[in-house]
Amino acid sequence: MSTKKFRTHVMVCAGTGCVSNTALDVKEAFENEVKKCNLEDEVQVVVTGCQGFCERGPIAIVQPDDIFYQQLTVDDIPKLVEEHFLKGRPYEKCMYVPKEEKVPIPKLMDIDFFRHQMLVVLRNRGRMDPENIDEYIAFDGYLGLAKALNEMTPDSIIAEMEHSGLRGRGGGGFPTGLKWKFAKNVDSDIKYLICNADEGDPGAYMDRSILESDPHAVLEGMAIGAYAIGAQIAYIYVRDEYPLAVERIKCAIEQAKEYGLLGDDILGTGFNFDVHVIRGGGAFVCGEETALIASIEGSVGRPRVRPPYPAVKGLWGKPTNNNNVETWANVPIIIHKGADWFTQLGTEKSKGTKVFSLVGKINNSGLVEVPMGIPLREIIYGIGGGIPGGKKFKAVQSGGPSGGCIPESLLDLPVDYEKLLEAGAIMGSGGLIVMDEETCMVDVALYFITFLVDESCGKCVPCRVGLIRMKELLEKITSGNGEECDIVALEALSDTIKKTALCGLGNTAPNPVLTTLRYFRDEYEAHIKEKRCPAGVCKPLITFSISDTKCIGCTLCARACPVNCISGERKSVHIIDQDACTKCGACKEACRFDAVSIA
Amino acid sequence: MEVVHQIVEKHNRRKSSLIAMMQDVQKSEGYLPREALEIVAKEVAVPLSRLYALATFYKAFSLTPRGRHIIHVCTGTACHVRGADKLMDKLERDLGVVEGETTEDGKYTLEGVRCVGCCGLAPVIVVGENFHGKLSQKDLGKILDKYE
Repeated sequence: MSTKKFRTHVMVCAGTGCVSNTALDVKEAFENEVKKCNLEDEVQVVVTGCQGFCERGPIAIVQPDDIFYQQLTVDDIPKLVEEHFLKGRPYEKCMYVPKEEKVPIPKLMDIDFFRHQMLVVLRNRGRMDPENIDEYIAFDGYLGLAKALNEMTPDSIIAEMEHSGLRGRGGGGFPTGLKWKFAKNVDSDIKYLICNADEGDPGAYMDRSILESDPHAVLEGMAIGAYAIGAQIAYIYVRDEYPLAVERIKCAIEQAKEYGLLGDDILGTGFNFDVHVIRGGGAFVCGEETALIASIEGSVGRPRVRPPYPAVKGLWGKPTNNNNVETWANVPIIIHKGADWFTQLGTEKSKGTKVFSLVGKINNSGLVEVPMGIPLREIIYGIGGGIPGGKKFKAVQSGGPSGGCIPESLLDLPVDYEKLLEAGAIMGSGGLIVMDEETCMVDVALYFITFLVDESCGKCVPCRVGLIRMKELLEKITSGNGEECDIVALEALSDTIKKTALCGLGNTAPNPVLTTLRYFRDEYEAHIKEKRCPAGVCKPLITFSISDTKCIGCTLCARACPVNCISGERKSVHIIDQDACTKCGACKEACRFDAVSIA
Repeated sequence: MEVVHQIVEKHNRRKSSLIAMMQDVQKSEGYLPREALEIVAKEVAVPLSRLYALATFYKAFSLTPRGRHIIHVCTGTACHVRGADKLMDKLERDLGVVEGETTEDGKYTLEGVRCVGCCGLAPVIVVGENFHGKLSQKDLGKILDKYE
């Protein structure tokens, strides 16, 4: 273990978002520059997991000064190092400036995006190297496991988890302690544990980020759970699309084994526990636990009827307990700090915090963790900084394809499992996709149903056939051929599918349609009765035109048009040939004078 | 096809590791050639139909050869509301293929992908293993120019 002390640490974010934005080049530039200035003994450059503010990547935090740098480029680094590390003057040029303001905010904790968050699951975010177990241990890592193994019995651990009120963070919200109790109470020589990291909801990346930034927290949680339930072997089922998460978790497993925190005779207590990583094959339905189990067994991932529940008959017919990544990451801190501490956070029935991926039409996209019960408005405006481009908020989609769209009138809704369900949405795994006036709600409904048609495993008729019928009806409406009876048909199909589908995917599949019908019925009606798409999205119902007062005849649009349907001389107003126009939007994107409009 | 034998060996011919074996074959060959699947079926002693069931169920697998560069257009919700369909349209036009196809010269395969978990950078495309974010139609040409 390195005991060398540094004056300053540069924590460079290496989450997937920042890495795709040249963060590793920035890190190298920091290292080179620090060396060039002979500061290697004073300034340490550390690569961390996702720090959350993905919108502003690549980012780096300088500690202990708590200075937040953003949108860094390799060219910024020499000057930054000189100013901040040699002259002691934090470098303003790379600091965060809120939209529509001019004064930079130097300190991380003064920035709205970070200030309103509460970090429990993401407690180690940005402060350690995820590939270094020593750093995890330095931040109280594995103390929860040590306490569980040395001071607690399986029963007292389960009692503590029940008392904590922690509920499954994968979407269902089932009480974790109770789930563990079921698995513990079944007699069996072998029991299995599963960590569901098959994060399939589009627009959600909480689990990816946790695995990438704090993999040991997940392993520690699983080890505690395994001891409580009496399991010996665990599988982490990770999406194949998450190569960095796979790499980090595998690295963490190796290190934990070396330290005797996984494997045989953990901490000398005689407790044996092994963890294996399985890469998913890319099927949304494998997020459903019985389908996931089938996939680990090497079969096609189709759900089966429950009961028997996996707690009784799961992987290879043995009792199996399955929780998702975020749930597991909550466990160590609950055991370490105690359930009494945890129950102070959140609402009566939804304890603790929740990690959300706040994305879509929002100024501050990123990963945020907030206490349960916080109003949605606070998340979207307080943390997210509202809607870009002065556009109007329309809805926020929560819970992925099983969830729903929540309108402006419900923005003061406190975020907890029950309240979101009442609104027709669900907590889900934590995707919050913000939509503005340019998002068509019928198109969004069609988007989710198309997704689910693709991902339906085909085992039960309501889901396999019913969803296709719903998709056809939505396509009919968005193409301008809708009739009023189509809404009735959609509602009837939704009702049947909800009641009769085999698994959670089908039972919740109609939710995006039902909530958009509930809150945005006027948009459906505009498509059907007026043959109009109010948001200007559905191609058959819109036309592009060029304003004769705004167009200056710069020819940019004509050159961008892939079908050459825009005519006009240089310096004179241009015209779109409506018969030839494919409505691709290239002209609108190319125009610098806001002269192209959609009607 | 020696590599296929090695892959089967590596996974100890376990039936439960069929998906992992197929992932490894796909990684090595770029797709799942029939003769490779025949070898796996024989060595693991499962019917070939079982491998085809897996290959057609899971999105990660392809039964046809793919291009040197796989272009994944993320169609996650965040990318969708930020205009992923426009990127797909433009790529389809420029490459002369539709989603799921490979260009005639075997250079690119164009695919939609559910969500790559980089939603803060929406809309995103992934070429090979390189992520490109916050894109508009006009950025695409420059990106593709980088690939040989």
